[in-house]
Amino acid sequence: MTANLLSVRDLKVSYRVGNGHIDAVDGASFDVPRGSIVGLVGESGCGKTTVARALTRVIADNARITGGQILFDGKDIAAIPERQMNALRWRDIAFIPQSAMNSLDPVYTVEYQLNEVLRRRGGLSAREARMRCESLFEMVGIEKGRLRDYPHQFSGGMRQRVAIALALALNPKLVIADEPVTALDVIVQRQILDQLRELQTMLGISVILVTHDISVVAYICDRTVVMYAGRVAEAGPMAGVLTRPAHPYTMGLRNAFPDLAGAASGTLTPIDGAPPNLAEPPPGCRFAPRCPFSIEVCSTESPPLAEIVPDHRVACHRASEAPVLREIAARTETWLAHA
Amino acid sequence: MHDLALQKPGLVGRMFRSLKLPLSDPFAVFGLAVYATFLLTAIFADAIAPYDPTEILYTPEYELASDLRPGEQGFILGTTSLGRDIFSQIVYGTRSALIIGITAAFMVALIGSVVGLVSGYFGGWVDAVLMRLADIAFGIPFLPFVIVLAAFLEPSIWNVVLAMALVLWRDTGRVIRSQVLTLRSRGYVDAARVCGSSDLKIILRHIAPNILPLSFLYGSIAIGWAILTEASISFLGFGDPQSISWGYMLQDAFASQALAKQAYYWFVPPGICIILVVSAGFFITRGYENLLFPKLGR
Amino acid sequence: MAGTRMRSAVTYSNEPLVSLRSAELHYRVGGALSALRGRSSVVKAVDGVSFDIHRGESVGLLGESGCGKSSIGRLLMKLEDATGGEIVFAGEPISGLRGAALKCYRAKAQLIFQNPFDAVNPRFTIRATLAEPLENAGIPAGEREARIIAALELVRLPQPAQFLDRYPHQLSGGQLQRVVMARALILQPDFVVADEPVSMLDVSVRAGVLNVFRDVRDRLGLTAIYISHDLALVRYVCERTIVMYLGRIMEDGPTEDIVHEPLHPYAKALVAAVPVPHPDQSHDPLPIGRGAPDPRNPPSGCVFRDRCPRAFDRCASEVPQLRQIGTRKVACHLF
Repeated sequence: MTANLLSVRDLKVSYRVGNGHIDAVDGASFDVPRGSIVGLVGESGCGKTTVARALTRVIADNARITGGQILFDGKDIAAIPERQMNALRWRDIAFIPQSAMNSLDPVYTVEYQLNEVLRRRGGLSAREARMRCESLFEMVGIEKGRLRDYPHQFSGGMRQRVAIALALALNPKLVIADEPVTALDVIVQRQILDQLRELQTMLGISVILVTHDISVVAYICDRTVVMYAGRVAEAGPMAGVLTRPAHPYTMGLRNAFPDLAGAASGTLTPIDGAPPNLAEPPPGCRFAPRCPFSIEVCSTESPPLAEIVPDHRVACHRASEAPVLREIAARTETWLAHA
Repeated sequence: MHDLALQKPGLVGRMFRSLKLPLSDPFAVFGLAVYATFLLTAIFADAIAPYDPTEILYTPEYELASDLRPGEQGFILGTTSLGRDIFSQIVYGTRSALIIGITAAFMVALIGSVVGLVSGYFGGWVDAVLMRLADIAFGIPFLPFVIVLAAFLEPSIWNVVLAMALVLWRDTGRVIRSQVLTLRSRGYVDAARVCGSSDLKIILRHIAPNILPLSFLYGSIAIGWAILTEASISFLGFGDPQSISWGYMLQDAFASQALAKQAYYWFVPPGICIILVVSAGFFITRGYENLLFPKLGR
Repeated sequence: MAGTRMRSAVTYSNEPLVSLRSAELHYRVGGALSALRGRSSVVKAVDGVSFDIHRGESVGLLGESGCGKSSIGRLLMKLEDATGGEIVFAGEPISGLRGAALKCYRAKAQLIFQNPFDAVNPRFTIRATLAEPLENAGIPAGEREARIIAALELVRLPQPAQFLDRYPHQLSGGQLQRVVMARALILQPDFVVADEPVSMLDVSVRAGVLNVFRDVRDRLGLTAIYISHDLALVRYVCERTIVMYLGRIMEDGPTEDIVHEPLHPYAKALVAAVPVPHPDQSHDPLPIGRGAPDPRNPPSGCVFRDRCPRAFDRCASEVPQLRQIGTRKVACHLF
């Protein structure tokens, strides 16, 4: 048994668009250790959702995995036939799609929908399924009396709990949740995250949490993978990445984020510009056009993802200077001068 | 279309573009081609038709040119029992079919759009009144209504247009109203209100352009309906004897027992024309559906 | 930037610019049929809300979805008419505004929308979008272009001329939100309501839009309401915060006081729930019951009592009134 439940190596996913193609994910590598929550974080269009979907191989019709490996329990699931992959889905790898709470079927009771999964995919008997439904509801903190309710009778947060129960129905080893708390209010968001953490510890599963919100990562994740424009910018233990970021993009994100724990006089600093168009990505480092620290080599050569301290990997040509850059990056003028 | 999009189009160009003709769908292109052909035929009917369609014709031997087969004596599609030229009747029939079809479609699209816009935008009691009227219109059986109308009024091809205008706005109105309800909740409509635009300006500028393709869709359905209805009415004998239409031709053929005489050349051509025009309308509709509701994925 | 924080020292004129006096917005849900069956209910989106905003003040309206914060914004913009109470702008009730007076009000009070992609007509160029308010205000065609450029410069859109003939889909979210702000500011309003203006934007560009908002507000001396569910953002732009729950005000006071020592039990939970981007943070369970506010069926007495950890008998029987407690006002029987 390997230490990592999942290892993604140089994953490439490409979309066919018109006559051309867009490499939405262009060589992503990261690990998911057993029993950990990994936050996949980045802005819209950075490829985080595509990565999450590619892991279950449920991707859009015009998308294709064009390279790399997805090692799940030591087996490359990018290469296995679709039938074997299908057997893994839900039983071993469960996926909670974005706004899963709105994808429950309104004409069936929640119990019926849970049963469907348990009996069709899990092969449980009617009696076993009923008991499992009750224990699942208990697990996600909903009274079992509400099993017979229809989705519209639940609030948004409750429906998200149902979606989590659905994902956990067949005891998966890995749960991939795409923006599970994005549409929810802060209080409900917090309660759902607490629930997710509790279940993860109790069941010893691994979770990949796709989010755009670094504070969600800070609250719940053990590790984080920061993506930018289809590539991994930085990956490592959550505390390390957030407190000692080594990639200028991560440094910039921290400056741009309002912090209730900080002083009132703090000024937020945006990262100027916008992510590149992936149809024509810039040569070299994709962050270089927005980076205040870019040097000549940045616009010609794309930096490899290299380990700077044990377990903390960064794709930046100036990663060795990280401590100095961090200090400069903390000043607002750094980012303004660049603009 | 693409070239059009590149240039800065004038008013006509903009209107043409906002119709969003479904030129990428082969069926729709076929439909548009059929319409174009019939339209040209209708416009140049006087030049194309060799005879007056109501004129009773004689052979050079001064015999009634009745029941001639196609090609005989130079009559392309033969003649009727009363000695009228079938080809000329078809050509002139195109004219009345299109006049009826297009005016009816225009009325249905216009009235329906106005009702839908007003009802959806203003809501409240205006909406309630208009939609109850639509409910009443939905309760009227269409063909009997036209017959009754034709009985009250002088027989005229305009009866069909009037009946359609009175009844068939209901479908367009309902659908456009629901579309307007969606558009109305868009942020840019609120934005226009906040920055002081009047209701009329908002309707004309921000809402109407978005429902134009939809009213055109319903208009093209209505063309087929109108032609079919006129044909049915004429066939049932409530038509206008003064104007030649395809339905009138069918009725004439039926009354003269063309089938027994095996005069297929008499009733098949108008039948084909009706089928062509109506199905062309529906092909265009289909093209619009693909354009308006791409998720149907056909 | 330094000037921003000094604003709290500015003394406001005594006359409030905007006043809500027991404003109500009630919706009847369920049609005539359910009314016959006795099933129709009234949703109180805004239920007896009163506050004053002085000239030059920035106030954050904070709360979860369905608390009525956006409804207040719509009431203030006259996109919705209050079903009760009164809204007064510069000494005049806005409920009676019609025709020319309404047009005049529209030029003075403006709204910045939440979703920039929805707030501009996708068929219109940026020029046409920004020209609309100018047309309505009767600005002659010759002057419009210059005003448009000036407004785009105000929101710090670089080289504004290049954007004029573009369509909204050709702009990024951050750029488009600046256009939306420019449209709101182009008639030089006195009062601006910003309804979650950055919630649809990516984190890296949010700060830019917020900074522009803060900057422009200070430069033009605007009175502003900032609607948000995120206390961290409200704190960044507003010196005063109003916390709402199910259509009512729970707490109203200086933002810093609420951030550091919220009084109302709901405000406490809300402050504790705000996510912070630090690894070391409290993971204690929130001091609030599970479940969600149900606007169709709010509890009697205090609307928060069913989720309140400190509720007692009186909370069920009596609606707590908003009362002055030190620097702020709180609606809770505990105080």
